Amino acid sequence: MASEKVLSLNGLSKRFGSIVANKDVNLSLHRGEVLALLGENGAGKTTLMNMLFGHYLPDEGSVEVADEGGTLQPLPLGQPQAAIAAGVGMVHQHFTLAENLNALDNIVLGSEDLRAFRRNRAAARGKISDIMKRSGLTAPLDVPVGRLSVGERQRVEILKALYRDVRILVLDEPTAVLTPQEADTLFENIGAMARDGLSVIFISHKLREVLAFSHRIAVLRHGVNVGEIATADADERTIARMMVGADTERAERSAMEPGAPVLSLRDIRVPGRSERDTLDIPELEVRSHEIVGIAGVSGNGQAALAGVISGTVQPQSGTIAIGGDAVRECSPTTMIHLGVGRIPEDRHHDGIVGSMSVAENMVIERLDDQEVQKNGLLRREAIARNAERLAEAYDVRGPGIQAPARLLSGGNIQKLILARVFEEAPKLILANQPTRGLDMGAAAEVARRLLDARSRGAGIILISEDLDEVLGLADRILVIHDGKLGAAHARDRETIGLMMAGEMA
Amino acid sequence: MDILQIVLTESFWAASLRIATPLIFGVLGALICERAGVLNLGIEGIFVAGAMSGWMAVWLGAGLWGGVLVAALAGGLFGLVHAILTVPLGLSQHVSGLGVTLFATSVSYFAYRTALPNVSSPPRIEPFRPLDVPVLSDLPFLGPVLFQQTALTWLALLMVVLVWYVLNRTPLGVAIKAVGDNPSSVDAQGLSVYGLRIGAIVAGSALMALGGAFLTMSAFDAFFFGMINGRGWICIALVIFANWRPGKALIGALLFGAFDALQVRLQTEVGALVPSQVFLMMPYILSIIALVIAARGADYPRALLQPWFKGQR
Repeated sequence: MASEKVLSLNGLSKRFGSIVANKDVNLSLHRGEVLALLGENGAGKTTLMNMLFGHYLPDEGSVEVADEGGTLQPLPLGQPQAAIAAGVGMVHQHFTLAENLNALDNIVLGSEDLRAFRRNRAAARGKISDIMKRSGLTAPLDVPVGRLSVGERQRVEILKALYRDVRILVLDEPTAVLTPQEADTLFENIGAMARDGLSVIFISHKLREVLAFSHRIAVLRHGVNVGEIATADADERTIARMMVGADTERAERSAMEPGAPVLSLRDIRVPGRSERDTLDIPELEVRSHEIVGIAGVSGNGQAALAGVISGTVQPQSGTIAIGGDAVRECSPTTMIHLGVGRIPEDRHHDGIVGSMSVAENMVIERLDDQEVQKNGLLRREAIARNAERLAEAYDVRGPGIQAPARLLSGGNIQKLILARVFEEAPKLILANQPTRGLDMGAAAEVARRLLDARSRGAGIILISEDLDEVLGLADRILVIHDGKLGAAHARDRETIGLMMAGEMA
Repeated sequence: MDILQIVLTESFWAASLRIATPLIFGVLGALICERAGVLNLGIEGIFVAGAMSGWMAVWLGAGLWGGVLVAALAGGLFGLVHAILTVPLGLSQHVSGLGVTLFATSVSYFAYRTALPNVSSPPRIEPFRPLDVPVLSDLPFLGPVLFQQTALTWLALLMVVLVWYVLNRTPLGVAIKAVGDNPSSVDAQGLSVYGLRIGAIVAGSALMALGGAFLTMSAFDAFFFGMINGRGWICIALVIFANWRPGKALIGALLFGAFDALQVRLQTEVGALVPSQVFLMMPYILSIIALVIAARGADYPRALLQPWFKGQR
């Protein structure tokens, strides 16, 4: 690896009001190097990268980027235009794509002169296909981006950066939405580009890919760079210790004998737009003291399955029984009353009412309870006492129980939902992508709570795209593909990965 | 005479296109604003401002095209007010738009009364005359319908082509469509979200004002209070009908023009039997029905009505 320095962040600090997002961070990057930037949620990784790219203006510090000759030049701060001109490209965690435009227009956007009265699409197309050949990243160019898959959109995002001839590429959680295979392919492409001289910084929560694909690891904690380590010298344990500042305990799954069935689905059919996204389940049973893991790439019927179990989707045919009681009327209220606890996939959108307070959100599923209301009036004091107790027990941190729930961070929103669900001691728990986007501490907490519920006697259905999570928690693993469930042939990454891709039925 | 006979006359189609002209300007203007992600309910007031300022400029001796220019500038200026309130300040687009409508209308009436304190009827100007194109004007049917319109109708049709071309064939159009779908996409590529949106609103508002100017400088020859009479609001509905596409905007405006031309003719036919208000309602009812049908598949610009602030995503 060449040791020529291409980027140097010098003493960057950024405060938002009273919160210190970054404090005196120094970081450097060399030509052809792949650097992984790690840290818990809120450690300041994204803020740091946004300062590099000019989205935020640092309070203190400077950035130097190598010019084409390799000499470090100071970068004007707070101007994305300047960062792009200096050869820095950023792929944001939340895609910055115009969905009404096709990939070609999205890629070319901003590099054409807005005063021009004509466009040279042929030249752009030629340059893009060259880049596709060199990088191995391909995507359809003429379809509106809104119709592309998540993986394709990700590639369009990276092509956007490469089209601007970047020498430094920043990727913010590039694999959060990709399948294991897609993620591996992406990193292989990135590795190849790095060998051609591209320097890469990527942010990730997934230790496995960090260890497999980076050259060097830098860890941020509470906005401070707490250490760097060559990937060759690192293992999961050392990195985790650097991130959290202490050893994390891995939740242990003890052997347990499953009891009576808590969920039985028979001949459930939910029609989709085509045969492919039609959910078709001849039989599914979850018993108490059992975690059933449903692995699969999102969009293969998980939403319909979760909808049926939470009562928001009415199956076309089939029967549902919860704890032995047949479900006559399919509605969320029925399901809650029968003892189904729901941890929804999109916690911001479906898990909370963002404008209502933390305390209100904690009782929102039991508004008919006498503890919560009396004669149709809310018992505000009892609700507040309940919220204080739960916030303490489940470690929900934020601006207070009377603050709107949307002000909480993702991890704390999830803890709020856990508190609401687990306090009701549900018979069946539907956990849909329960740790997506959570940092290690919060994810470990979710795992521990799920295992506790299992010991207590709940049956748990765990829908997840994260294979490591399913392998770690589930007593039994099913794979969902094209709306059909199949038992995993073997309990290993490769077999299940192939089944997720539909290669082995 | 039945409906079919009415619809087959030259004068019916000529009238339809004439009635549609201000709407074409208005829909195109609203369409540009909304494609950039900003609803411009200032349209009704901007019509008034365009009608008043254009006519008054001509009356003061600016010449007809001078009047058109003044109207466009006035529209652009009120557009800028709306743009500043809704884009960098991120205020509610509904409230700001309605405010601009009230403001522009009042300022126009005030200017009119200040300039002409004691008149009961406004002074007339010499309006645009129908263009007489050699040979083409004498064609049967097409001649009277297309080639005996005024220059402003031609300008409106030209604008349909121009707006279509800009939106679909130029880098600027791509950027405008992107900023209306996802402002962050534009920001991440180093373009200015504020610049694009403000520019689109100012340009769109200038077009709207031309719709007003057409009324005082081509359809009529003077400015009257209340003459805009909801035409701006019709344009807001027509944008949805047009699914934010210039070609469909033309069709929608023509359709409304045709309904309006039809109701005037039906009134004279059967006015004795049915109250005239029923016919006056007709174009609006038909446009509501058309809207209900069209709105089902409407492709709203995703970022419409959503303010965007730098550094916040």
